[in-house]
Amino acid sequence: MRTIKEINEKIKKGQVVAVTAEEVIELVEKKGIKKAAQEVDVVTTGTFGPMCSSGAYFNIGHSKPRIKIGGGSCTLNDVPVYTGFAAVDAYLGATAIPDDDPRNKVFPGEFKYGGGHVIQELVAGKDIRLEASAYGTDCYPRKKLETYINIKDLNEAVLFNFRNCYQNYNIAVNLSDKTVYTYMGSLKPQMGNANYCSAGQLSPLLKDPYYRTIGIGTKIFLGGGVGYVSWQGTQHNPSVKRKDNGVPQAPAGTLAVIGDLKSMSDKWLKGISMLGYGVSLGVGIGVPIPILNEEILKSAAVKDEEIFAQIVDYSQDYPQMVSKSLGEASYAQLKSGKIIIQGKEVPTGSLSSYSKAREISEELKSWIAKGDFLLTEPVAKLPGVESGYSCKPLKERPIRY
Amino acid sequence: MISKRIVLHFPKRLVDEPIVYNLIKEYDLKFNILKASITPEEEGLMVIELVGKSENYDKGIKYIKSCGLKVESLSHDIRRNEKKCTDCGVCVPICPVAALEVDPKTRKIIFHDKKCIACELCIKICPTQAMEVHF
Repeated sequence: MRTIKEINEKIKKGQVVAVTAEEVIELVEKKGIKKAAQEVDVVTTGTFGPMCSSGAYFNIGHSKPRIKIGGGSCTLNDVPVYTGFAAVDAYLGATAIPDDDPRNKVFPGEFKYGGGHVIQELVAGKDIRLEASAYGTDCYPRKKLETYINIKDLNEAVLFNFRNCYQNYNIAVNLSDKTVYTYMGSLKPQMGNANYCSAGQLSPLLKDPYYRTIGIGTKIFLGGGVGYVSWQGTQHNPSVKRKDNGVPQAPAGTLAVIGDLKSMSDKWLKGISMLGYGVSLGVGIGVPIPILNEEILKSAAVKDEEIFAQIVDYSQDYPQMVSKSLGEASYAQLKSGKIIIQGKEVPTGSLSSYSKAREISEELKSWIAKGDFLLTEPVAKLPGVESGYSCKPLKERPIRY
Repeated sequence: MISKRIVLHFPKRLVDEPIVYNLIKEYDLKFNILKASITPEEEGLMVIELVGKSENYDKGIKYIKSCGLKVESLSHDIRRNEKKCTDCGVCVPICPVAALEVDPKTRKIIFHDKKCIACELCIKICPTQAMEVHF
């Protein structure tokens, strides 16, 4: 029908027809798949939610005399960073927390500050306190370094999130008698609430369920700037059960994404405190889907009523690795504010911001329409259903001496 | 008939005085205690809803103040910082009085501060610490 090259020519000429993943639903309802596929060149998707396997690596530049932070220890605003690299390279993870934060010591623990917050402050241009100690070598004699750093002075500051953009997720409930504190939020006892975390009909991988267009090298909106899909994310699982429309009904594919932190904004990268659980990073991502044929448009027009998630008990089943679904619900039902589980009406709560997902899909659409964003051909495909790739549990093998 | 929610601050010396009891007996006001706590400094904090005739309410407030208590209107206590809020929606099912809801069209969060009882559950739960207490 059309190629990415042709779409890019149209973008350069300012003639591209780009619509958001929400707008395309209405378009298909009005004009049908065939006509819509003829008209639409690109569908833009978006999502904004907590994505824990996120982080940023930097090169802070050499001090005088030189110090080898690599193999030593280093903190940014008291949050430990990983230093198993070269002299002045370090990687800060989103969920890292200060060693001795009194706010985390009383149950359930507040987790008010950690890696995600440092990343947000760094992107916002704030000065960050760096403290490092090293064992010293002949070529790197210095043993201590205490300095303020700022993102504009770093040689490199790269956001590298090796698991983002989950293709669907669970609906978390609590069947026990006490509140449980999880990464899906605080869950009230006796199914007091049902929390979900997905942008549903705006979510990138839910709109390209078989990874036909999204692949390694796909250019994306990441944290307010430009990024790229670098690999499949950890726990990528294309082999999950899918509905007839191809959309997985449980957590499936994931993306590893990368981009220049210096070009991003603290509007789309937010430190997250999950009560009783830990710290994370809220990441805004938008992926363009080139409409190369009718099948791709059909998938891109899937709506909330047609996307389902499984209801999982997070008080016992999830922690005990018991794979059990208490039922399923569609994102349309979840967004209505309440769902019925085993005959009971349960109010729902979202961790993912649909209004921000919408804003991202519209922002990406405007970048493309203005000619500021060209699409890329993926250089390699993500492992798909036929690859047999799946996410396996750990097979514990006790260590015997 | 009016219904107002107020926050009372009891200094140490008045923590065990039956002030609220007098509101019913002398001023014919119905009350509903929404929150009561004694801080480690032994000062008292009470969030109370008073219902009654307007004149009685005014007399009741005058009496409370004359006893030496600090009285504040509740509706200004919990505020939503729109800059920090990402409109995720985790707070919505947590609020016991449905003072937080999702606008069905914009999918943004609306905070009905008149419904708020200052239980502070949203403050603990908000992942971006966008709900703030203002005293």
